[in-house]
Amino acid sequence: MVSSQTTIGINPVNRLDLATSRQLMWYKFRRHRLAMTGSIIILLFAIISIFPEFLTPTGPQIRDTKYTSGPPTFVHILDETYTPHLPFIYGRTITRHPVTLRKISRVDVSVRIPVRFLVRGHKYKFLGFFSADLHLFGTDSAQVHLFGTDKLGRDIFTRTIYATRVSISIGVIGVLAAFIIGLAVGGLAGLRGGIVDSVIMRLIELIRSIPSLPLWLGLAAALPREWSALQVYVVVTLILAALGWTTLARRVRSKLLTLRNEDFVQAARLAGCSDTRLVYKHMLPAFMSYLIVDLTVAFPYILLAETTLSFLGLGMREPMVSWGVLLFSAQNVTALAHTPWLLIPGAFIILIVIAFNFFGDGLRDAADPYSN
Amino acid sequence: MLLLQKILTRLGVSALMLGMVSIIAFIIVSLPPGDFADAYAAAKINSGETVTRAELESIRVRFGLDRPLYVQYFQWVGKMFHGDFGFSWGYSRPVVEVISERLPMTIVIAVSTLIFTYATAIPLGIYSAIRQYSVADYTFTIIGYIGLATPNFLFALILLFFANQVFGVSVGGLFSLEYQDAPWTWAKVLDLLSHLWVPVLVLGTAGTAFQLRIMRSTLLEELNKMYVTAARATGLSEFKLIMKYPVRLALNPIVSTLGWELTTVISGAPIIGLVLSLPDTGPMFVNALRSQDMYLAGAMLLIYCVLVMIGSFISDVLLMLVDPRVKLGED
Repeated sequence: MVSSQTTIGINPVNRLDLATSRQLMWYKFRRHRLAMTGSIIILLFAIISIFPEFLTPTGPQIRDTKYTSGPPTFVHILDETYTPHLPFIYGRTITRHPVTLRKISRVDVSVRIPVRFLVRGHKYKFLGFFSADLHLFGTDSAQVHLFGTDKLGRDIFTRTIYATRVSISIGVIGVLAAFIIGLAVGGLAGLRGGIVDSVIMRLIELIRSIPSLPLWLGLAAALPREWSALQVYVVVTLILAALGWTTLARRVRSKLLTLRNEDFVQAARLAGCSDTRLVYKHMLPAFMSYLIVDLTVAFPYILLAETTLSFLGLGMREPMVSWGVLLFSAQNVTALAHTPWLLIPGAFIILIVIAFNFFGDGLRDAADPYSN
Repeated sequence: MLLLQKILTRLGVSALMLGMVSIIAFIIVSLPPGDFADAYAAAKINSGETVTRAELESIRVRFGLDRPLYVQYFQWVGKMFHGDFGFSWGYSRPVVEVISERLPMTIVIAVSTLIFTYATAIPLGIYSAIRQYSVADYTFTIIGYIGLATPNFLFALILLFFANQVFGVSVGGLFSLEYQDAPWTWAKVLDLLSHLWVPVLVLGTAGTAFQLRIMRSTLLEELNKMYVTAARATGLSEFKLIMKYPVRLALNPIVSTLGWELTTVISGAPIIGLVLSLPDTGPMFVNALRSQDMYLAGAMLLIYCVLVMIGSFISDVLLMLVDPRVKLGED
């Protein structure tokens, strides 16, 4: 069809007139600069969560016992006399405060340890299958702690990168589960109408009227303490999804209700379409773009919820590390005063939520057929 | 008359909701393995005493723990009507006492946060809309994005850190040491106010950012309409014109989200209370959950829900009063 139009046209054909609705959305989205920045950041996070083992110099549970509660080490290119070198870090000497016995670490400028790329380090399973020991960067003695260490001497940079995988995957799985529940329940309400619809709508109102955080906390606190980290991970994700589906269900229902009486739906129904086929083949494509926008809005919401739960010690647990678990150790004023670098993982949370908000804004504008 | 009828219907719906929420709260209370008697036994054994099986059985009978769950639910709710919310073994005191000591502070914080949110969001939103794309408008937008993206507890931690590092003071708590147990005086109220801004700022920032965006976008939409041009043509002063027509209309969505706003504030309050170690219900609630002190946790969950329901009831009534279409019964 497209090709015949282009050959017939005497006037040069406008690209926009021929574009499919998906292409139109892409053109609009591409012009939204913040949204493009947001998608690049999201992409980076996705890459990080696939290859955390490669990107980090050490493992999330490996302790550097000589350097506990240590401040971040800076990677230098220039030394004291401003002579350029390949990237290096200074060595450190650790002494104890004579009175308080607190460890004090001093930078020792006489020792330069080179930071090298693609070094061999501790072994890990790449993507869970292949044995590998290659790391993006590191030193021979593995002392580079970009974000410092916690009080057990574990590298915070490494832990933050590993936590990205857990946090992002909870967001993704949670959003997908919420999406499926929302689609099923909202679809039922919108298609059946009547008493089913009223009951479901009242239920949604009920769930929404309960303050969310106390409810999550209540549910999460009821989990047995002896469960493994993986079990907790699955159940926490499900709890977050079970409470996050309401917005989606409402959207699906209202769209279905308006579409139900459209001619093309009536035609399909008369042709003997089953209800499921009617929804998925004919009605869903008509408002899919709205649902995708809702999904991008739901993602940061679930991410923040998980972080909050874990921060309170009611969500993920060691050895499974999420951003919230990392911030858990920064809970009191003393820890903040002495080891403020424990807060660095928080920057990751803010960054990805902002990225998702930008991305969602761009998608919303692009999906709106009335904006040009 | 119609208005009254509507308000009464709304009240009925709230009461029904409350009943349902109480069921949910009760389910959560009874979810963890073990019952009150087990908790009691654990507490006794921890303090070095011994408990006999018979003693536990008598506790079970006394509190009706041997009956089916639905009977227990009605007992729980029935006792609540008499002001008995159960016993907190974590505090070794009745739940009512523990909660009533701390609840006023939670309400003070929630109400001040709402006042702060609206007192800043409405004028700043109006300003942003009138001076669209100005430096101030961009600044508010950026602060808004960051405010919406920062988890409340992280914001509180950052504030704690900077207060400690830069000013060398601790911003936690609600009172200075000398006023902690002092009777209420003006000086104590002033001391409270000097501490209150921290939780209010933390809890209110996200809401302010959100409301500011709503105010700005609705007002922008209204400003382009013909009636604004018409009013301007009559020679009305710009300030009066904006305040009298478009702002009044733009207030509707703001009022209707009041209940929702209260929900967020109540939701966020426990964790902020914990991080900033406030003497409100927050730390108590979280600790009750952590130690599975379920009567206390369940009662508190229910109270949070009641607060939210009161809030959304007020916002619905306000909306009826503000919007003449709702008042006249046309939906």
